[in-house]
Amino acid sequence: MSMEQHAMSEITFHHHVPGDENVKRIKKTFWLLSFITIIELGMGFSIYFIHKDPDYSHGLVLGIKGAIVILSLAKAFYIVSIFMHLGDEIRNMIMTIAVPLMLFIWFIAAFLWDGNSYKNLRNKYDKHFEERTIEKKDTGGH
Amino acid sequence: MSSTTTAQQTKWWNGGRSPFNVEYGKLMMWYFLMSDAFTFGAFLISYGTIRFSQNFWPDPNVVFNAFPGTGHINLPLAFVSVMTFILIASSVTMVLAVHEGHRSNRQGVIKWMLWTILGGIAFLLCQAWEWHHLITGEHAVLADGNKIELIGQTMGGNPWGKLIEGSAVTDALKNSSHHTLVHLAHEYPKPEVATTAANLDGLEKMSAGQLIGMIDLAHAHIREKGPIAFGGYFFGITGFHGFHVFSGVIINIIMLIMTVKGVFDRKGHYLMIEKAGLYWHFVDLVWVFVFLCFYLI
Repeated sequence: MSMEQHAMSEITFHHHVPGDENVKRIKKTFWLLSFITIIELGMGFSIYFIHKDPDYSHGLVLGIKGAIVILSLAKAFYIVSIFMHLGDEIRNMIMTIAVPLMLFIWFIAAFLWDGNSYKNLRNKYDKHFEERTIEKKDTGGH
Repeated sequence: MSSTTTAQQTKWWNGGRSPFNVEYGKLMMWYFLMSDAFTFGAFLISYGTIRFSQNFWPDPNVVFNAFPGTGHINLPLAFVSVMTFILIASSVTMVLAVHEGHRSNRQGVIKWMLWTILGGIAFLLCQAWEWHHLITGEHAVLADGNKIELIGQTMGGNPWGKLIEGSAVTDALKNSSHHTLVHLAHEYPKPEVATTAANLDGLEKMSAGQLIGMIDLAHAHIREKGPIAFGGYFFGITGFHGFHVFSGVIINIIMLIMTVKGVFDRKGHYLMIEKAGLYWHFVDLVWVFVFLCFYLI
């Protein structure tokens, strides 16, 4: 028995969406991804103008950035689910990929927390660092 | 299904059939991509840690504001949006190639693979231009607290610190090299001396005092140096992503050649195109997060 026949016999049933419907779904996803990207770019660009005001609201900038993160996660979901067809696979297989990725929740939270803590400690004990880098008016950064 | 088939299949998956109803190679591609996601994730999280440890970080709108052929016009995020759309489009052409593969339509696979490869090459060319522009750019920064220097965005220097104005700038100009002053007068002249400033040879012969008088400080955007880690993370992570795009293009070219030669028609299936497709979509997926972390937030 050849490799190829093995490969095919591992698939006991096909779960492909009918041809035309599949193409329709791909095109729909493409427009959706493009639309989300344009929204993201608009929001990212808006931060540029918010920064021009010396007394801008840090909460507003943080909120915009949070919304962009959520939109990016939506994009990632559509790419994986539709383009990579993971959404069409058996649930157990999806879980063997999705569950290990949960590690990222701890990974991101722990390390950002760590960086933030380092900043706070430095600002507290290294006044030179704080004075040199802390935000003053008209900085052009954030 | 005969018992002999079952016995043979046991070598692959205990139980005689794939519990996931998916080919072994494709499943392993998924697990490879999951591990690769952790590699990219670790890089991006490390970048996040350093960024969170800083009081100041450059605004991407300030860093990425150039577009090929437009000179000094301020176009924040314009070029990177082109790159992003190229990658999304090439992801669509790839999924269409996979779709034609399901229908065993060789001509369709060839057509869409060609477009995908072109998209990948276009993205790499864009990235090459972007890197070149960042590295060779000449941005005026305050160096050693007392003079203006021209530096590019490299691993060793970041010109995107806080804007400086007033006496700090005028004092620093007096200590700056003649070359720096010529550059600033040439690039950012006051409107009334614009024609004189266009002549580089003429500027070279002028004294420092004359040159300083010609510089329009409001437009020169003289900054402090920014966090040095920016360059290493930017070039490291976009470079690692670019390397994935590059290897994806190579894989796609090999797939195209195999398709043209009829290898998959003889095998009776286009599963290889599906696996190459998974890799290519992953490259697009990673870009979503690279784009997010470096350009948007």
